[in-house]
Amino acid sequence: MSVQRWTRVSLLFSGATAGIVVILALVPFWFGPNTTEKLTELFVLIILAAMWNALAGYAGLVSIGQQAFIGIGAYAVIVFTDHGINGYVAVVLAALFSGLISLPISLLVFRLRGGQFAIGTWVVAEIFRLLVTNDQSIGGGTGRSLDALNIYAPADRQAYTYWVALALMTALMLASFVLLRSRLGGALQAIRDDERAAESVGVPVARAKRIVFLLAAVGCGAAGAITMANTLTVTPDSIFGIQWTAYMIFMVLLGGLGTFEGPVLGALVLFGVQQEFQGSGSWYLVGLGAVAIAVTLVFPRGLWGALVDRFNIRLMPVGHTLRTLVSRRSES
Amino acid sequence: MTWIDAVIQGILLGGLYALFACGLSLMFGVMRIINLAHGDLALLATFMVLVISQHLGLSPFAALVIVLPGAAVVGYALQYAMFNPSLRGGELSPLLATFGLSVVIGNMLLEVFSPDTHSLSAGALTTASWHITSQISISALSAVIFGAAVLVLGGLQLLLSYTQLGRAMRATADDARTAELVGINAKRVYAIATAIALATAALAGTFFGMRSSFDPTLGPSQLIFAFEAVVIGGLGSLWGTLVGGILLGVAQTVGAQAFGAEWAIVSGNVLFLLVLAFRSQGIFAAREAHQ
Repeated sequence: MSVQRWTRVSLLFSGATAGIVVILALVPFWFGPNTTEKLTELFVLIILAAMWNALAGYAGLVSIGQQAFIGIGAYAVIVFTDHGINGYVAVVLAALFSGLISLPISLLVFRLRGGQFAIGTWVVAEIFRLLVTNDQSIGGGTGRSLDALNIYAPADRQAYTYWVALALMTALMLASFVLLRSRLGGALQAIRDDERAAESVGVPVARAKRIVFLLAAVGCGAAGAITMANTLTVTPDSIFGIQWTAYMIFMVLLGGLGTFEGPVLGALVLFGVQQEFQGSGSWYLVGLGAVAIAVTLVFPRGLWGALVDRFNIRLMPVGHTLRTLVSRRSES
Repeated sequence: MTWIDAVIQGILLGGLYALFACGLSLMFGVMRIINLAHGDLALLATFMVLVISQHLGLSPFAALVIVLPGAAVVGYALQYAMFNPSLRGGELSPLLATFGLSVVIGNMLLEVFSPDTHSLSAGALTTASWHITSQISISALSAVIFGAAVLVLGGLQLLLSYTQLGRAMRATADDARTAELVGINAKRVYAIATAIALATAALAGTFFGMRSSFDPTLGPSQLIFAFEAVVIGGLGSLWGTLVGGILLGVAQTVGAQAFGAEWAIVSGNVLFLLVLAFRSQGIFAAREAHQ
């Protein structure tokens, strides 16, 4: 029997991922702004899914208030550019700023557990929405548009936004991969399974949770900032809206909670669903909610979990695989 | 005088928040579920009252005769169809399932009733009021709502303290497995708790629709007010929930008086955060802990 992290498939796939990122980086040379705009939306969804998965699937923190950080990220871009900072530098700074804001918030909401934590984060998001709505200097309830990126020609701007989004997505996915593979990843799963037991064997519970909350805030802030750069306009009701959480929960649950690959799969599915049904008003949100309920109740391991069960594959080796002689023979 | 009026209006408003909150509090107390669809279920009942009163030409109060039992039946069924299965899936499942339910109900209401605002007429109650001084007046509707809230919360407290069902609920809340050993059907107790919770939510939703105009997007904010009332008052105490609701209502009306109407909700939120920061067990929880 042996413990292993990398399998032949996961080595191959990790290499292939690097190849995919290179190919994605070349997309603006081949396709027009419409394609890159759509793909940027997809990157935002992938970031959001990965961040919510790190929170709920690894740290057991069911936040339904991550739209707080999405909104903070978007509005921070406006505030930074108002102070003369370059638009794309502002996007990166906004993500970091969002992380900074998450630290004092964590002091408050970490006093709550489980379902109370969930609504507590939602209250925080509502507070930020109301504060922004009441602040006329950043557009109040009607929102603002981002003018700082108008210094670039539209086609160039879309390509730059795309590259920034791709870079941020790659960096965030890499960061969460490294984080979840580290000792902290194991600590987090122990917390998710039984917080008290984890604490009793010396897992630094509070620190581990705070690190994930910080990462998720940076990620969601980046998603909001990229959305701002991609759409160039924002209203508090949409950017601080609860529908973001509905998307995140749908993607992560359908893909597979607590797996690294599943949420990416979920993001691809949601992206497809949005392209197909976004015109049909709220009915598609009804569908998303219904699927989330159904997956929770009857299919809790999600699509990726089902694939892992069926074929025993792991593309991105976050966990440890215990291999016996029997399974080794059957795989080779 | 305007300040005293603000406080009085806040107290009356707080009764409504407490009524929204008691079902949330009951479900959490009995089975540790936070029902994230609580606000949307309440709003669904508001719309049912609207439809029934419009189509049958009834007053909203008469429509309650149909809607309250209906809400209880829906709660009973939801418990068996959704919440019980989700309880088996660990701590996260009930949250995810009830959030999904909230999204489904909220968006269905939006599709069926459009984002337009509606209102329920409470008849003569809407306009009747007592003038205490030239600046302070209490509307009859607010007083009725506050009275109903006190009755419902008091009734629930009596139910929990003195009846067979209440003892079964408290036993199940403490330890469901041991309760089952002595012959309590935990699933049935859960279903009854949810049925009561939804009936109180439906009542609160109807009063809310009489007090102010409403639209399909308001479910989540009712959930948030209810939750704030529960946390401010302290978990596990229905009287605490009533006080929590009142403090929240007063914070909102006094905040609106001090800073302008657009700061009402923020003021309530700030009170919630202050309680969280300095007394996270809530105002009444310490006393409960000694019992």
